[in-house]
Amino acid sequence: MKIVACIKRVPLTETQAKVAADGKSLDSAGVEYMTSFYDELAVEQAVKSKEQLGGEVTILTIGPGSASKELRESLAKGADKGEILVDDNWSMRDNRATAKALANRLREMGADLVFCGRVATDRDNASVGPMLATYLGAACVTDVVELELSEGKGIAKREADSGVESYEFSFPAVITCQKDLNEPRYAGLKGIMAAKKKPIEELPLEAEDNQIEPLSLDLPPARAEGRIIGEGADAVPALMDALLNEAKVL
Amino acid sequence: MSIAIVLIEHEAGTVRSASLEALGAAQAAGCEVVAVATGSDAANTTAALGEHGAAKVVVLGGDKYSPDGLAGDLAKIVREQGAKAFLATASSTGRDIAPRVAAELDCALFSDCTAFEADGDSFKLVRPWLAGKLIASLKSNAPVTCATLRRNTFAPKATGGSAEVMQVDSSTDFRAVLSKIEAKAEGMLDVAEAPIVVSGGRGMKEAEHFSLIENLARAFGNAAVGASRAVVDAGWRPHAEQVGQTGKTVAPQLYIAVGISGAIQHLAGMKTSKVIVAINKDADAPIFKIADFGIVGDAFEILPRLTEAVLEARAKV
Ligand SMILES: Cc1cc2nc3c(=O)[nH]c(=O)nc-3n(C[C@H](O)[C@H](O)[C@H](O)COP(=O)(O)OP(=O)(O)OC[C@H]3O[C@@H](n4cnc5c(N)ncnc54)[C@H](O)[C@@H]3O)c2cc1C
Repeated sequence: MKIVACIKRVPLTETQAKVAADGKSLDSAGVEYMTSFYDELAVEQAVKSKEQLGGEVTILTIGPGSASKELRESLAKGADKGEILVDDNWSMRDNRATAKALANRLREMGADLVFCGRVATDRDNASVGPMLATYLGAACVTDVVELELSEGKGIAKREADSGVESYEFSFPAVITCQKDLNEPRYAGLKGIMAAKKKPIEELPLEAEDNQIEPLSLDLPPARAEGRIIGEGADAVPALMDALLNEAKVL
Repeated sequence: MSIAIVLIEHEAGTVRSASLEALGAAQAAGCEVVAVATGSDAANTTAALGEHGAAKVVVLGGDKYSPDGLAGDLAKIVREQGAKAFLATASSTGRDIAPRVAAELDCALFSDCTAFEADGDSFKLVRPWLAGKLIASLKSNAPVTCATLRRNTFAPKATGGSAEVMQVDSSTDFRAVLSKIEAKAEGMLDVAEAPIVVSGGRGMKEAEHFSLIENLARAFGNAAVGASRAVVDAGWRPHAEQVGQTGKTVAPQLYIAVGISGAIQHLAGMKTSKVIVAINKDADAPIFKIADFGIVGDAFEILPRLTEAVLEARAKV
């Protein structure tokens, strides 16, 4: 079994977003990175799947060489090896260019089971998992909250607007992980020590044209200053008046 | 005039408002609209789709649902119609299907867009980055511009027209197949779709107290219940109701935050709401900074009074 978790580094949640001098990209000066929240679920599910079905877990990312930091963290949680498809311009790659590069590499590796986060918390596209599955010709279930695997096939439950949907699929398959799928484990000291000896390979990545061209990046418009209508339940009539006659939303 | 294919979502033949908004967005960008409806009762959508500007409706037959199968069918329709755009709503279905259609067409995807405009012979789109900390204006250089549109953001357009209807068989070449749906409680609107959202936070103190939130939502008649992450993590509410960076992004006409402090990750999911009301006992809570109207005080006293007032107001109209 070849199991792969695809992860992406994203700016730390607390990052104060700043626009670069070109007016259309993120100022990366001083930005620190972490593994995207949902990608941590992907790593956990990959390791769990290996524990159940056997095989080997590879952590795959597109990024700069320094993305080995996030890969080591995943290796400390039980993955076997890491691969970086090196692109110094990684942060500007659009979802198509990203999905194609990952799909090409996954095909070469002969991946049976691929886990991605449901969305990377920087661009919020929620697109790479289902896109790379399409390029691979693999089954794909997105936003998965429950997963049952057996030899060569599985049933995945996905959180949809109207309820929970169950899908049946066979390998090769791509699963995008939603909150509630699992609780990522902590890396113990033993894991951290072991991770230091695990291999991380850097592979060159050919440039791919982007179809998404940034025109400008701006801070969102500030909301007009609001007001405190009053205190306690006695303020309810004044609030109703504001909603009915001023904002006219009811 | 370039053609846009719009994936329609409907509930037993009644078209979802977000899909009518998508038809409106396509027309506003100068496109001729071909709508695609699938599933049982899809044929019942054609009149409403025509009235909202669809020139053509493709009804996809077939009794099994597969996301990869549907994406393949949609890509085929895009090619056959020579469309320049493919649009879906940023719903759970739209966000599942649109990336696959984009990849089938070897095109990039623009997710959760808040603007979609013609730009020469291509399109310009606006969408949030970093959970709305930044707003990106983007030009599409894709042969087919594929996008999902944020709900409650684009205006539907009633044209009173009628659509030409085409019946097409769906493919049966499936990789993943839907085998079961556990539906949500009857009549509950999704938090990302509802025109009014009443959200509760840790200030509600206990899961049981959410009955006060539910009562207010019910009083409005068209409201959904939302929740902060603190409340979801505590197991008081399901994750499907979570609003924020790691939950849903909502943009209703009216968002009422009760006992929610207003952490940046929560604001990321609701700050583009048209009108925001905050109820919090702490006058310094950050939620008041972005609220249009605030009441400082105890939610347990305010909610019953507000529920009564809403019922009264609705009885009058
Ligand atoms: C990576 C990451 C992602 C996150 N994603 C999300 C997300 O998607 N959504 C989200 O919501 N959060 C998210 N968070 C968590 C966020 O930072 C906050 O912790 C969370 O929103 C707090 O929830 P709360 O406002 O309900 O609780 P608190 O911050 O504890 O606020 C409770 C509020 O209730 C008020 N209150 C108490 N009693 C009463 C009363 N009787 N009447 C009226 N008011 C009362 C208090 O004054 C207080 O303001 C995320 C955090 C991280 C790190």
